[in-house]
Amino acid sequence: MNAVFYLLAALTLAGGLAAVLLKHLVHCALATTVAFAGLALLFLQLDAQFAGFAQILVYIGAVAILIVFAILLTRGSELPKDGVFSRTWFVGLVIAAGVFAILGWAVLESVRAVPQQTAVPAVTVRDIGNALVGRYVLPLEIVALLLTAATIGAVIVAMHEKERPR
Amino acid sequence: MIMQSPFPFALKIMPVPPEAWIVRWLWLIPAAPIVASGVIALLKQAQKKLASGLAIGSLTFSLLLSLIAFGHILSSRAIIFGFQKAFNVEFPDTTIRSIVSFTWFQFGHSTVDLGWVLDPLAAIMLVMVSFVGLLIFIYSVGYMAQDENFTRFFCFMSLFAGAMLGVVISNSLLLLFMCWEIVGLTSYLLIGFWYQKPSAAAAAKKAFVTTRVGDVFFLLGIVWLFSQTGTLLFYNHGVGSLEGLALVHLLSQHAGLGLSAAGAIGLLIFAGAVGKSGQLPLHVWLPDAMEGPTPVSALIHAATMVAAGVFLVARVYPLMAAGAPLMPIGAALHGTTAALTVVTWVGASTAVFAALIAVAQNDIKRILAYSTISQLGYMMAGLGLGGVAVGMFHLITHAFFKALLFLGAGSVIHGCHEEQDIRRMGGLRADMPLTFGTYAIGMLALCGFPLVFSGFWSKDSILEAAKHWDISKGPFYLLVFGALLTAFYMTRQVCYVFFGHWRGHETAHESPRVMTLPLAILAFFAIALGVIGTPAWPWFRAFLENRTAAFDLHGFAEPGLGLLMLTSSLVVFLGLGLGWSLYGDKSPKPEAPDALEKSAPWLWAPLRDRFYVDELYGVTVIAFYAWWARVTDWFDRRIWGGIVAAVTWLFGLWAQLNRLLDVHWVDGGFDKTCEELSSGGGLLSRVEGGRVQNYLRILAAAVVALVAILLWSSRP
Amino acid sequence: MGVTTPLAGYLLVAALLFAIGLAGALVRRNAILVLIGIELMLNAANLNLIAFWRFGPHPEALTGMMFAIFSIAVAAAEAAVGLGLVISIYRHTNTTDLDKMNRMKG
Repeated sequence: MNAVFYLLAALTLAGGLAAVLLKHLVHCALATTVAFAGLALLFLQLDAQFAGFAQILVYIGAVAILIVFAILLTRGSELPKDGVFSRTWFVGLVIAAGVFAILGWAVLESVRAVPQQTAVPAVTVRDIGNALVGRYVLPLEIVALLLTAATIGAVIVAMHEKERPR
Repeated sequence: MIMQSPFPFALKIMPVPPEAWIVRWLWLIPAAPIVASGVIALLKQAQKKLASGLAIGSLTFSLLLSLIAFGHILSSRAIIFGFQKAFNVEFPDTTIRSIVSFTWFQFGHSTVDLGWVLDPLAAIMLVMVSFVGLLIFIYSVGYMAQDENFTRFFCFMSLFAGAMLGVVISNSLLLLFMCWEIVGLTSYLLIGFWYQKPSAAAAAKKAFVTTRVGDVFFLLGIVWLFSQTGTLLFYNHGVGSLEGLALVHLLSQHAGLGLSAAGAIGLLIFAGAVGKSGQLPLHVWLPDAMEGPTPVSALIHAATMVAAGVFLVARVYPLMAAGAPLMPIGAALHGTTAALTVVTWVGASTAVFAALIAVAQNDIKRILAYSTISQLGYMMAGLGLGGVAVGMFHLITHAFFKALLFLGAGSVIHGCHEEQDIRRMGGLRADMPLTFGTYAIGMLALCGFPLVFSGFWSKDSILEAAKHWDISKGPFYLLVFGALLTAFYMTRQVCYVFFGHWRGHETAHESPRVMTLPLAILAFFAIALGVIGTPAWPWFRAFLENRTAAFDLHGFAEPGLGLLMLTSSLVVFLGLGLGWSLYGDKSPKPEAPDALEKSAPWLWAPLRDRFYVDELYGVTVIAFYAWWARVTDWFDRRIWGGIVAAVTWLFGLWAQLNRLLDVHWVDGGFDKTCEELSSGGGLLSRVEGGRVQNYLRILAAAVVALVAILLWSSRP
Repeated sequence: MGVTTPLAGYLLVAALLFAIGLAGALVRRNAILVLIGIELMLNAANLNLIAFWRFGPHPEALTGMMFAIFSIAVAAAEAAVGLGLVISIYRHTNTTDLDKMNRMKG
């Protein structure tokens, strides 16, 4: 385990924590972006270059922007009166801790059984392209459909309602 | 046509004409007036012409059929006697009788049969009832013209006529009893026709209850007869209850008091006749029955219904005469049965009893009512003394002249503007000549004025039979005394009403033609019927006894007959003379005491008060009955009522208990369950908080649990 | 205990990031923050996938990589629709506070 990994991990986790803990919504959005960036770098370190760049393009380039737009459109910049945390925040924290505990335990218990490779895989974009239209053509088409539906749905949902004659 | 003869071989030789259609359709005779009555019951009050037309039309139809039936009997007689003459044979004991019977219902091995019979007795009664009935119907059209209940009147009268005709043709004692009861019912309805008058309603009730007393014994007799002979048909080809086999069987049984079963049953049936015909002691209803309209009195209480009792005795005569030797014509009679002796004594005593009371009455109709009771006594005595023919002849003649007298009285009442007290009439000889003429004829026929009038011949045949009675001469003297009284009181009545001068309020007027025409017709028959019963030509007797009768003046040459005729004539003249001397052409004021009362007040009081019979009954029978009714009422209210109330209270208690259970357990339980469900639902609904984060938390917690379980279970 | 393999390290990081995202989704009031938490969770899952692809058998089959790529695409679509919904709800109820949105309660 090299130091780069630890650094990138710390960056990602800090970004995540900040996103969840900060009061100001725009700060949270920015922290999320930092977390996304950290993850992209982790992908790059894992020799998944395509995934890393896709992460940057989609998440940072689109999703984060969407989140910021949503915050703007819902006046999220104003601080709520009752506080940012729910009244029953402790229960949620406990549950999240429980989830981490169980996942951690699962990882530590089972990772010894999995044989591990350390050779770098030779993956080119051409291979990914071939796989997309070869073996994974069905999911590709379905995702295309999904994206179309999502786009149309999002537009309709967020559209201003026409004034109905009363 | 059935020929009955004790000589079976003769049966094959005698001619048997095919059964006439009239026998098959004889039932139409009573059915037509009953159907007319039913139709009239549906008519409105205003349809007077239609109602009277239906009634008169149906009875005319019945009369026509009765005449055809009578003609059939006559032609059958002609055939038989012609045959006898031609072949010079003699069939003793032939009976011209046709029967039609059918089974009504069966129980076990016994059957109850109904049916009708056509024999000379039935034929002559049919003609008389329908003819007299028709005349009275026509009379009623005039008499009841002003009455608003005209339609109801004809409905009941028609029903009566049909039921009476049913009594006449019935071959079954049960069917006869059923028609008998309908006759009693219509009598009640017609006596109480003007039911708003309390006296009329009370009289109707009295009539019904009194005749009911007789009917109880009648029913006992029917039941006894059925149990002994197994059949209620009178004649049934040899196995009927009045025929040889049954009579032998009944005679062999002894019923105590020296009577055989036949005699006892006969006396029980006679008890029914006592009620219906107003004999002593059940005579009390007949005078009160005069509350009904006069045509009702004429038809029901003079000519037909009261004669039904006499007819009944004539019908069951074989039962009562069983065991006695046959009675030959005219000659000395040898012995008689105990039952017939009772009938004779009851009849004779009633005749005198009622005649005595009639002497002291002041209501025109009541005099005639007591006269009817008296003459019915004569008929009963005639049956007991001389047989069916003697009694029936007087019945037939009486029907005509008594109906005539009643209708005449109705005419008088109508003409005197509804006045019925004879002391307020008088001198009507001039004002109502037609009525006077016909009334006089009827009166003389009733008295038995010699030779011209039918009453003389019929009464004389009874006196002759009484004279030759072996048991006792008592009835003879009683009946002669009764004849004296009859002449006396009728003269009294006629003098009061038609002679002297008018003592009423407004002037009297003669009645319309529709009322006087029937009077004239009846007057004619009051005279003419005498012809068929004289000793010179005893056609009536021969008709009923199935023999021929030749016109033979030597009939008058019977020993003792001339003396008897002389005696009865003298008695009549004596009575007429006495009456005239006391009352003739005098006009006592209404308030003044009667002439007889002045001379013999000790005699007058019990006569006027009807020998206190009604009062006696009031103190004994009615008082006991009222006491019994009170006891039963107390019992009913306290005991039965108490039991019912107790049961009701128990039920109420039970209902209350159920209600408590229901409210507290059932409802409570149910409500509780609902509440629990509701709160449980409330509890459960808190899961659905609508908060997304809660859902998410639950999901996450569940995933944790699931993974933990999976991992734990898959540990090596 | 010690992290002996690089795979375990990546997996733990992913698990921690997942827990952080879940906590954020469960604890914060704002609807948009719930969506941010969801995105973090999805990213953690992607990291898991890539890690398994890199250190698992047959990386030349590209299974892990493809899975992650599709996951990214679907996540983007879902974020778009979800945020659209939040905006729409904000227009109707004028709030994004999840504590206040309980009209679906039973």
